[in-house]
Amino acid sequence: MRDVAIVGFAQRQLQGFDGSPMCAELLVPIFSEIYEQTGWTKADVGFWCSGSSDYLAGRAFSFVSAIDTIGVLPPVNESHVEMDAAWALYEAWLKIQTGDVDTAVAFGFGKSSAGQLRRTLAMQLDPYTMTPLWPDTVSLAALQARAGLDAGLWDEKEMAAVVSRSMADAESNPNAVRSGAREVAELLAKPMFSDPLRKHDCAPVTDGAVALVLAAGDKAKEIRENPAWITGFAHNTDGLQLGTRDLTISSSAERAAQAAGGTDGVEVAELHAPFSHQELILRAALGLGDDVSINPSGGALSGNPMFAGGAIRFGEAASRIWDGSASKVLGHATSGPALQQNLVCVMEANR
Amino acid sequence: MSKQLAAVIGVGQTHHRAKREDLSMAGLCREAMDRALADAGMTLDEIDAIVVGKAPDLFEGVMMPELYLAESLGAAGKPLLRVHTAGSVGGSTAIVAASLVQAGVHRKVLTVAFEKQSESNAMWALSVPVPFIMPVHAGAGGYFAPHVRSYIRRSQAPTEIGAIVAAKDRTNALKNPYAHLKEAKTVEDVLASQMLWDPIRYDETCPSSDGACALVIAHEDIARGAAAPAWIHGTVMRSEPTTAAERDQVNPQAGREAAAALWKQAGITSPIDEIDAAEIYVPFSWFEPMWLENLGFAEEGSGWKLTEAGETSMTGKIPVNSSGGVLSSNPIGASGMLRFAEASLQVRGMAGEHQIDGARRALGHAYGGGSQFFSMWVVGAEPPSN
Amino acid sequence: MSRTLEAPVTVAFDYTRSVGPVLGRFFTDLRERRIVGARLSDGRIAVPPPEFDPITHAATSDFVDVGDHGVVTSWTWVSEPVAGQPLDHPFAFALVTLDGATAPLLHAVDAGSPDAMHTGMRVQARWSAEPTGAITDFVFVPETDDVVSRPADAGASTTGDAITGIVTPVSLDYMYAASPEESAFFRGLAEGRILGQRCPKCQKVYVPPRPACPVDGVPTVEEIELGHTGTVTTFCIVNVPFLGQKIDPPYVSAYILLDGADIALQHLILDIPAEEVRMGLRVKAVWRPESEWGTTIENISHFAPSGEPDADYESYRHHL
Repeated sequence: MRDVAIVGFAQRQLQGFDGSPMCAELLVPIFSEIYEQTGWTKADVGFWCSGSSDYLAGRAFSFVSAIDTIGVLPPVNESHVEMDAAWALYEAWLKIQTGDVDTAVAFGFGKSSAGQLRRTLAMQLDPYTMTPLWPDTVSLAALQARAGLDAGLWDEKEMAAVVSRSMADAESNPNAVRSGAREVAELLAKPMFSDPLRKHDCAPVTDGAVALVLAAGDKAKEIRENPAWITGFAHNTDGLQLGTRDLTISSSAERAAQAAGGTDGVEVAELHAPFSHQELILRAALGLGDDVSINPSGGALSGNPMFAGGAIRFGEAASRIWDGSASKVLGHATSGPALQQNLVCVMEANR
Repeated sequence: MSKQLAAVIGVGQTHHRAKREDLSMAGLCREAMDRALADAGMTLDEIDAIVVGKAPDLFEGVMMPELYLAESLGAAGKPLLRVHTAGSVGGSTAIVAASLVQAGVHRKVLTVAFEKQSESNAMWALSVPVPFIMPVHAGAGGYFAPHVRSYIRRSQAPTEIGAIVAAKDRTNALKNPYAHLKEAKTVEDVLASQMLWDPIRYDETCPSSDGACALVIAHEDIARGAAAPAWIHGTVMRSEPTTAAERDQVNPQAGREAAAALWKQAGITSPIDEIDAAEIYVPFSWFEPMWLENLGFAEEGSGWKLTEAGETSMTGKIPVNSSGGVLSSNPIGASGMLRFAEASLQVRGMAGEHQIDGARRALGHAYGGGSQFFSMWVVGAEPPSN
Repeated sequence: MSRTLEAPVTVAFDYTRSVGPVLGRFFTDLRERRIVGARLSDGRIAVPPPEFDPITHAATSDFVDVGDHGVVTSWTWVSEPVAGQPLDHPFAFALVTLDGATAPLLHAVDAGSPDAMHTGMRVQARWSAEPTGAITDFVFVPETDDVVSRPADAGASTTGDAITGIVTPVSLDYMYAASPEESAFFRGLAEGRILGQRCPKCQKVYVPPRPACPVDGVPTVEEIELGHTGTVTTFCIVNVPFLGQKIDPPYVSAYILLDGADIALQHLILDIPAEEVRMGLRVKAVWRPESEWGTTIENISHFAPSGEPDADYESYRHHL
C-alpha cells in the first residue's frame, strides 16, 4: 500500500442554507480554502470524487452542476458516489492506491432543509413493505434506542451524558450549529420527541458541504509538517431489514474496524453518530475505551449536513494530528438507517 | 507499489425487456449476478466486496436502493459501494470495482448495475420542472437532438447515416439472446419511422428497459487460473461541465482526452487497427459517427464515412455494437456496464452468435449527462505487456 | 429582499412495482387477511419473508403462516406524524414479533397514548375493510380479543389472481431555491430585462449568470444587460408527448445566442412554421403582457423571427 495522508479540510455547516439545493455556492469558498492550505491549483489535483444524494435535493442528476465549482474545462478525472463524502474519500484513496494519481480531493454537499428530512429518508427503506408506512428516520433510531434501553445496554443518563459532553465541546467549534453546555438532569427534564428520544438526542437538520484533500508520500509532506497518514481504511454493511438484524449492536462497524487493523492506541475518535445512543453502540463496536477522547468537535449532534457529515468527522480527526494534539486518531462515517453502513479510517502522525 | 493486474472472469446479464414484471429489483440484480458468478465458477460467499451502480434514484423511487438490497445481494457483512455518474455509471461502476482489485485491497469483487425503468417513467424523472426556467426540455432525446443537428451541419454528413446505424444495431441484436428489441430493420424502415425529436426518428432512439448486468473482477493470481479471463489493459474517466461558453458538445474535450489517455495506457497507437471490437454507448443512432471521431477511430468530420462504408458492421474494419448496443437494450444504469461486459465477452470468445472472429482487444465505452461524463476501458485476451 | 428566490416543488409519482414471487406471496396473503413469513436457513422465521436467504442467498421458498397477533419488542411514539404515515393522529411505530414468528416486523400501533405502550405488550392486527394486498392493509392495536391468535386460515383458498405488482405513491415536497446569481437574472426578467454576468477570470458573459463559472469555478459577477435579439445556433422539433410536459407538441426548442452573450439560452421559437426554423435564424424575444410578469423566464413567451438576414455560420459555429 502507498502512504497516503489527509492534508486538507474545509467545511461549512448551516441551519437553513439560503441558496441552491446543490449548495454549489458553498463549494466555491471551500475549494478556495483547500487551495490556500495546499498551495495547489486545480491542475495539481489528480482525481476528484464527490458524494451527494438526488433525493435530498429533490431532482435527478443533482450532482452534475456541482462539478462546475471545480472549473471543469479542461476536463478532470472525476467520479461520484450516492453516499456520504466519506465514501468518496475512500474511492479517491483507492485511485491513489492504484498508482494512477498521487493527489485527490473528495467533497460532499447536502441541503437537508430542502425537503422534510426525516420523511425524505423514509425513501431509503424497503420500498415494498416499509416505505409505504413512511417510517421516519427519527422513529427508526428511537426503536433502536429503546431496544438497547430494554436490554439494559445503556440508560437515559448515559444518552444524556453523550449530549451534555457534545454540546459543551461544540462551544469551541465555530462550525457547530448547535452547542451549549447543559447538565444531564436538565436534559432529562426536557419532553420526549420520539419516545425515548428527546430533540437533543437527534442531530439537528443541517445544510452544508465539505472537502478533504489526499496526497501520497512526498506530496503530503510538502503540504504539512504533520500529515494525517491513513494506516487503516475499511467499510462494511449490515442488512437493512429490521427483522433479521440486531439493532443494539453494529456488526458492520466492528468488522470495518477489524479490517482497518483495529483501534488499539487510538487517542481521539470522531464518530458519526446522528443520535446520542448510536455513539454508545459505536464505542462498543469499535472497541474504544474510556481513555479515548470522543468527538472533541461536538460530533454530529452539533451539526450533521447529510452526505457531508461523515467526511467532516474525518477532517476533524485529521486536524488533531495536524495540530499535534494526538498521534493516532479514528474517523468514522455512517450511512443508511440505524447505522447500517460504517466506514472507519485510522490515521497516524508517524508512518 | 505498482498497479495489480485485474481481469473479468465472470459476466452476467438479464434478459432485458420493457417490463420484467416477473421480478422485483432484487430479483433483477440476482438474475445477472447469479449468471456472472456461475460464469466465474464462484459463490457469493467467496466475493470480497460488492459495487452497485445505478442512474438517478428517482427512476425507481428508492433513495440509495443498495441499502435495502444489501441482504438480497449478499452484501450484508461485506463492503458495499454505490456509484452514480449519470449515464456513464455502468462503466464507472466497473472501473471502481476494478480499482478495488488494482489497488490491492480486494481479490474478488462483484459489481452489478441495474435499472428497472418500468417502476416509473424516465421522461418524467428527467423532466421534473425546475422553477423559474423554461419547460422546453423533453427528456434525453430533446436534450441531444440539437447537438445531433450540430453534428450533421459540421460534418456535412448525409441524413441517412443515423438510419444506417439504427438498422445495423437492431439487426445485430437478433444475434443477442439477451437483447430487448429484436426486430430486423432496414434503412428504409428506420427512415420511415416517426420523427420524434427532429432530427431524431423513433427507430433511431434507444428503448426504455428493465435490466441488469454483473461482472466478477479478480486479481491476476485468480484470473490466471480462470478459463477465459478478459484482462483489463486500461481504464479512464473524465468529466466536463454540462454547459459552458463555447463548449464543444459534438466532440467534447473530455471524451477526446479520455480516449487519448486510454489508448496510451493500453499501448495502442492506432485504435482503428488495434481494436478488434468496440462497444460504444450509442443511445441515439447519430452518436456512432460522433463517438468514432471523439474516440479517434476517425478524423473529425469523417466518422460517418466509416458507418456509411459498412466498416462498423460485424465484418467491417471496426465492428461497433455487435451486441445490438444501447439502441437495442437500455436499462440506463446498466447500459454502460453492458458495453464493458460485451467487450469482455468478445475478447473471451464468448459472445456467441455476435462474436467478432478473433477479437483480441476490445473497447467498452459509456457516457452520461450532457455528453460530459466519460468512462471507458480496454480489455484483452492476453495480459497487458506494458 | 431575501438573497435568493424560492419556490415549492413537488416530486410525485405512483411507482408501479413488480414484486417477484416471494413478496407476491406475502401481498397475496395479506389480501386474504393472512400474514405469511419464511423459515430461514438458520431456523428463524421472519416476516415479511426476505426475498433471498441472508445466509445461503438462495431464493426464499419455505413459507410459514404466522398469526396476526404478536408481542411488541420495541416501540416509539410518533407525536408529530408526517404525511403518508398509516395514521394521521399520534401513534406508535413498533417492532412486533407475530405469533409463530421469531423475528419482528415493523408496523404502526394505534394505541391512543404513549402510556398505553410498553415493550412486551400484546397487539393484534386491525384489518382494513377491503384489503388490497399491501403492507397498509392493517395496523396493530393493543390486544383486546381473548381469541387465540391465528395461523388460522392456513392453506385456505385464495380468491383472485396472485399479486405480481403493487403501486406505491411517492410525493415529496421541496423548497427549491435558485442561486443568488440566477436570482438576479430572474428578478431582472420581472423588470423586462435580460441580465447576464461576466466571469471575472475568463471574461465570458453567462446568461443566466452562474454561481460558478464552469471553466474557472468562481461566481460570475459584473452585470451585463443583454439585447433582446439573438441567433438560433441549433434546435430540435419536439413531436413527442410525454408525462409532465408543459407545452403541447410539436414545438421548436432552440439554443439562442443572445447578442452580447457567450453562451446560448434554451427557449421556444414560434411565429414561424417549425420546418422553416434554421440554424443562423435571427430572432427576437416576444414578451408576455407586463401584467403577467413574474420572476421567471416564462415572461418571455417565445422568440420569433426578427426579420434580419440570417447570421453567418462563422459567427456561431463555435457555439455548436
